[in-house]
Amino acid sequence: MERGAAPSGAGLPRRDLLGAAGALGLSAFLAGCGVGGSGATGAEGSGKGTIRALFMKQAGYSEDDITKMTAGFHSANPGITVKTEFVSYEALHDKIVAAAPAGTYDVVLIDVIWPAELGSTRVITDVTRKWPEAWQREMFAGAVEVPRYGSRFYGVPWILDTKYLYYNDAHARRAKVEAGELDTWDGVLRAARAIKAAGVTRYPLVWSWQQAEALICDYAQLLGAFGGRFLDPSGRLAFNIGGGVRALEFMRRSIVEGLSNPVSTQSIEEDVRRIFSAGQASLALNWTYMAAQANDPRQSGVAGDVKVLRTPSGPGGRPGVNGSMALAISASSKQRAAAWKYISYLVSPPVQDRYAVSSLPVWTRSYDEPQVIRANPVLVPQAKRQLGDLIARPQVRSYNAVSQLLQSEIQKALLGQKTPQKALDDAAHRAEDLL
Amino acid sequence: MTGMAIATRIRRRIRVPTLTGTGTREVRFAIALLLPAALVVFGVVIYPVGRTLVLSLFGVDSAMPGHYPFVGLRNYAKAFTDPAFYPVLWHTVYFTFVSTALELTLGIGVAMVLNAPLKARWLWRSIVVLPWALPTIVDGALWRWIYNGQYGALNGLLSTLHISHTDHQWLGSPFLALNMVIVADVWKNTSIVAFFVLAGLQTIPHELYEAARMDGAGPVRSFLRVTLPLLRPSIAVVLILRTIEAFKVFDIIYVMTGGGPASGTQTVAFYTYQQAFSNQLFGYGSALAYLIALAVFALAMVYLRILRQGAMAGVR
Repeated sequence: MERGAAPSGAGLPRRDLLGAAGALGLSAFLAGCGVGGSGATGAEGSGKGTIRALFMKQAGYSEDDITKMTAGFHSANPGITVKTEFVSYEALHDKIVAAAPAGTYDVVLIDVIWPAELGSTRVITDVTRKWPEAWQREMFAGAVEVPRYGSRFYGVPWILDTKYLYYNDAHARRAKVEAGELDTWDGVLRAARAIKAAGVTRYPLVWSWQQAEALICDYAQLLGAFGGRFLDPSGRLAFNIGGGVRALEFMRRSIVEGLSNPVSTQSIEEDVRRIFSAGQASLALNWTYMAAQANDPRQSGVAGDVKVLRTPSGPGGRPGVNGSMALAISASSKQRAAAWKYISYLVSPPVQDRYAVSSLPVWTRSYDEPQVIRANPVLVPQAKRQLGDLIARPQVRSYNAVSQLLQSEIQKALLGQKTPQKALDDAAHRAEDLL
Repeated sequence: MTGMAIATRIRRRIRVPTLTGTGTREVRFAIALLLPAALVVFGVVIYPVGRTLVLSLFGVDSAMPGHYPFVGLRNYAKAFTDPAFYPVLWHTVYFTFVSTALELTLGIGVAMVLNAPLKARWLWRSIVVLPWALPTIVDGALWRWIYNGQYGALNGLLSTLHISHTDHQWLGSPFLALNMVIVADVWKNTSIVAFFVLAGLQTIPHELYEAARMDGAGPVRSFLRVTLPLLRPSIAVVLILRTIEAFKVFDIIYVMTGGGPASGTQTVAFYTYQQAFSNQLFGYGSALAYLIALAVFALAMVYLRILRQGAMAGVR
């Protein structure tokens, strides 16, 4: 077509522009009829029917475990059908939030850091009235705190976890390192130097220090050991004072000395497990699930050499990070009664004891059950002592935003772009507005 | 708008001088055919656009229905006072400029090769299109593995070739990581650029090259004086499309780096997603989404302007 003959549609004619503006105005008018949308409203339901549950794929109970547990629930409750879905931990929060208005899921697995946010934004429902009083006495104190925000319960603890120190016994013996030396963080650094000097592994330590929540979990554990805290008694951020700074200096020093693998800043827990299981690291912090997988010859090249210890101590003690998770009911669920039955079944001692190989029970008495001890003989003795001493990350509504800031600033310190003090000061200064 | 009004408007558009009974039936039939598409466009494009606009004017801080305060343009103002916004804007502009430039340069080269009289040309063309056919999530996971500083294939290759025995941390520092993500993006998207350019190359008459050769032009001169000028329409189209796509980059960042290290690979789209879904700041996230939309709209205007100026002559 010749240019001269072309209609004026090559540009954006005024009529089209007005039409587009009109359509936008109309849609904005319709959209504005309810700013918050018209999401589903929750209901107790009949206690029968179909419910949908959302879990995560990695760490804790495996997909296979949960499928078997659900099959057991179906046998015990023929009137309820549960459809399960699994996503990675990294996608779990956003999936819960995105699905909340539509009421897609009745039961959702939530992390210990989310009850404040998801409870106050009405994504999950308050189940305080459903909680049997005995549960508070029979569960670990750290477990009871998992779904609690203020005085209310927004779920039931299900995965009770913290990070343990894993070491390769064969590597330690080659470097003449005794297990007792790994009782303190200073001892861990000394052991790492000995392992490196003996040429056993180039980088003895590996961590999950990627810019993700995993980084805050490792930092929290070290912060507790060095006597720091996230919030002071008045509720102001305090990780940039004392132990919080010393913890970050410790992390940075381990990189500068070549003891921590530089790939740590790009790794999450699964990367740590792979590297440790390949024999490319001698010491690592990780969750319960690594004990079984690193000692499984089908998944690990160091099976049989993997030992587990409580987290090492520092000047502030040896608290493990509270990395537990809870089962919650979506606020939009129309089957809350059935959802509660399902949660009560999954959390019950017989079910948790039976699947203790992947995740340890929330019940104190389970740790004396032969079935549980047999399932995880390497870990249970350590867990029994460690789970009574946990450090929590701040239970604040804007936790995710605070955590994102902290992750970014900690990484700047780890990469040497800022001093630990400056990085934490900057994080605290910017995060103060979010609280 | 009433059915008659729409009919009148369509009549005007298609320049039907008078409507006979048959004409009216045709118009109604046309409307009936257009209606499903119009409803879909309204439902999946126009309504969300309007709703996002409304949300951006309110302090919405939950995914759930409720009453939220009207904040006017404060969410937009917040973007420009947010200290995290300018670094992510810079990362986005850098990503857009470098990835588009590389994809264009390499895409022209690949297209020239694919246009040459090669044996089994269909096979080469099929191979070249493969990276583009891969889902971005797979592409991101693939390159994350290649770049891994501990067991990655790139370090393995460099070591095997005795080029370097150091474990390079390709995603370990912010600026390097941003560039490595660009490489992954270029690997995937060069093929689509190449195919656009290849389509343009095939419209150039062979006689022009013969005439140029008879006038004493060598291959370089032929390329500069014949090929490039005649490729301008294709290049302009693909340049603008890739620029817009690169500006909206999200998925490859999400998979490869999660925005790290030290927030060095966060882009505007990633930051918007994080604010809206991870932090439940839907009002602020909507304002950021609108700013992205405005930037994309501005780029689209440039595209239309180039069209109008005749650089795209023959391409409509």
